[in-house]
Amino acid sequence: MIKITNNAFDPWQELSTFQLEMRRDGEYGACANFIGTMRDMNEGDAVNGMFLEHYPGMTEKHLEKIVQRAKGQWDLLETLVVHRVGELLPNDPIVLVAVWSAHRKDAFEASRFIMEDLKSKAPFWKKENLSSTNQRAEKNRWVKKNTSGY
Amino acid sequence: MYEETMPIKVLYFASLKELFGRSEQQLSIDGLSTVEDVWRRVSEGYDVSQQVLYSINQEYAQADSLVKSGDEVAFFPPVTGG
Repeated sequence: MIKITNNAFDPWQELSTFQLEMRRDGEYGACANFIGTMRDMNEGDAVNGMFLEHYPGMTEKHLEKIVQRAKGQWDLLETLVVHRVGELLPNDPIVLVAVWSAHRKDAFEASRFIMEDLKSKAPFWKKENLSSTNQRAEKNRWVKKNTSGY
Repeated sequence: MYEETMPIKVLYFASLKELFGRSEQQLSIDGLSTVEDVWRRVSEGYDVSQQVLYSINQEYAQADSLVKSGDEVAFFPPVTGG
């Protein structure tokens, strides 16, 4: 399942609800998940908030493609991807990727693959709202590039 | 033979949307063959120093990918989600 939401979400709640509703009890032996959360600092500056833009249509299609590719490469039972858009505050969860499989190798590797592809290719863009106490002239700035996860 | 051509729809995201002051525009396909042709046309007169990514009909495209009547073309900076 892929969800893009304008509203704050609780990743632990999403995980437990999805795991209950997917009805795979007894089949999965592994669940690997990644949760990305907004920090209050970036590149040495205090950050007050963030705006997350996406490309409605292409973003969903791209995420679907990543998940399908992962399912072709590993033996997966279920996948869940939740990504926040809109206005965010520090400590808000941004992304949740969770993968269920029979054995840990598939869950670990596929969740990493989905997450890294999402970070490097899924059309989302972050704009930071910098704290008014910083000495810079700019109060808002687009994040230029994601750091490499490998 | 008379062939009707639809304009292409061009979308901009993030810093490019701010640079051009709009999120989309319609463009006649006349004289445009590749996605790079489209980019040159719309960015003429602007100083774009950053890297720009292309998509056609919501799929990543290369500079020499062909555009056709009715396509949805988008230009955006490197992605920073997650």
